[in-house]
Amino acid sequence: MKNDTTVLEEPFRKRPDLPDYELVNLTINGQSFKLKLQPWVSLLDAIREYAGLTGTKKGCDHGQCGACTVLINGKRINSCLTLAVMKDGEAITTIEGLSDGTSNHPLQDAFVEHDAFQCGYCTPGQICSAVGLINEGRANSLEDVQELMSGNICRCGAYNNINAAIMEVKSKMA
Amino acid sequence: MNSFSYNKAYDVAEAVADIQEHEQGKFIAGGTNLLDLMKENVMKPDHLTDINRLDLADITENEDGGLRLGALVTNADTAWNVLVEQRYPLLSKAILAGASPQLRNMATNGGNLFQRTRCYYFYDTTTACNKREPGSGCSAINGINRIHAILGTSMQCIATHPSDMCVALAALDAKVNISGPNGDRTLEFADLHRLPGNTPHLDTNIAQGELVTSIDLPPGNFTKNTFYLKVRDRQSYAFALVSVAAALDMDGDVIRDIRVAMGGVAHKPWRRRDVEQSYIGKVASTENFRELAETMLTGAVGFGGNTFKIALAKKAIVRALNEALKTGENL
Repeated sequence: MKNDTTVLEEPFRKRPDLPDYELVNLTINGQSFKLKLQPWVSLLDAIREYAGLTGTKKGCDHGQCGACTVLINGKRINSCLTLAVMKDGEAITTIEGLSDGTSNHPLQDAFVEHDAFQCGYCTPGQICSAVGLINEGRANSLEDVQELMSGNICRCGAYNNINAAIMEVKSKMA
Repeated sequence: MNSFSYNKAYDVAEAVADIQEHEQGKFIAGGTNLLDLMKENVMKPDHLTDINRLDLADITENEDGGLRLGALVTNADTAWNVLVEQRYPLLSKAILAGASPQLRNMATNGGNLFQRTRCYYFYDTTTACNKREPGSGCSAINGINRIHAILGTSMQCIATHPSDMCVALAALDAKVNISGPNGDRTLEFADLHRLPGNTPHLDTNIAQGELVTSIDLPPGNFTKNTFYLKVRDRQSYAFALVSVAAALDMDGDVIRDIRVAMGGVAHKPWRRRDVEQSYIGKVASTENFRELAETMLTGAVGFGGNTFKIALAKKAIVRALNEALKTGENL
C-alpha cells in the first residue's frame, strides 16, 4: 500500500452555505493522501474518518487524555487539537506506521511483554507518545518517564506496566 | 464548533492584512487553547489566519546580550533550547511545569501569552460569565471558586491567568514585540495583561488584529539563584493553585536584586516591584522572606472556596525563595 495515493472524494457532509473544501495533502505513514476537507476538520478526524486509519483513538477530544497522540516529523502531538489544513504537506506517523510490516516496533513488543494495557483504548496514544519521548532524549529515570508521559491517561490504571515497558526499551536503546 | 473561513499567511504583513478583513478573525499558531474553546462554543471566530508559515520560529541572541524568542517557537523547543536553559533556567522550568509534552510540542510562545482562563464558568456556556458574555454576571464569585483569584479581582470577574510561562516572563521583565496595521510597537510584560475591572472580556492590551512577533528577554544576573514552584491538586499536568517564580541575585548573604512573580492568584502574573525594591540590600533570610510574603499578599481577598490560597501563597513564596538560594549553593 505504501506510496499509493488515495483521494477521498465526498466526505460525510457538504452544506452549500459552508465554506468550500480545502484540498489537503497529508503523508501518513509514508502514504500520500489528498483529502477534501472543510477547514474545521481536526487532524484526528482526518486520520480516522477521511483517511480511514482508525488505530488513532478519540478519547476526550480536548487534549487532556492523549489517546489521539500521533507523531509529526518525529514529535508527538495531540491530533485532536490541530486542524488538518494546518498540517498540509507534513509527515505524520500513527500507530499503524510504527511496524515495518513484518515485525513490531520494540515498544509494541515491550507493551505486550509487560502487559501494559487492559482495555487497550489508550494504547496507540501511549505507544506513539513513548516513541516521541525516546526521540526527545530527555527522560533519564523512571521519575522522568512518569512526568513526561503525564499527557497520556490510562483509565484502567496500567501505569506501572506502561512505565516498565518504556524503561526497558529505553535501556536497550541506550 | 462553528464554521469559519481559513487562510494561510506567508509573512507578517500578509497575516496582519488578512485578519483586518474579519472583525471576528483570530490568528492560529498551535491552536491548543483556541480550538479547545471553539469546540466548547466559547470562542466563535468567523475566520482563522494560519500564521505557522511566518518566519518567526527562531531563538536568536540580541545585541544587548539578551535573547529573542520567536513567537512561533514551540514551548518545548524554548524550554529545551540550550541558551534558554543556561541563561534563563527559571523560564525553562516554568514552561516544563505546564501542560503535557504533546501540548508543549504544539503550543507556541506567542500563543501562550493569549491563553484564556480555565474558570469553569467561562467554559460552561450555560452559565453567566462576564468574560465570555459581558454584562451577564459572574457565576464564580458566589459559586465554586477553589481555583480563582485572590488579588486584583473585581465584582465582575475573579478569573486567573492560567500560564506558567507568563509568570517567569513577568519575573524576568520580558518585552513583547508586536506588529499591527499601524506599525510595530513593544510592550513591557507588566503592561501586557490586564486586571478585570469592568472589562473582564479583555485579557490583554493587544488590539484585535495585532500580532505578537517575538518576546525579548533582557540580559541579567538571574541565572544562578532561581526557582519555579508550582502547587497544584495533581502532581503533573494540572493548572497551578498557586505558583511562584523566584529569582535572586546574591552578593554573599545580601540581596543585590530580587524578583517574585505569582501565578494562579490573579488575572495576570502578580508582581510587586515596590516590595521587591525594599528588600534590596537586606539579608536573604527566612525571616525576611516571611515578611516579604506578608507584604506581597496585602489586599488579598478570598471568596470561600479559594480563601486557603492566601496562606498557601505566603508559604509558597518563602519556600520558593529558600529553594532559589539553595539552587545557587548546588552550582
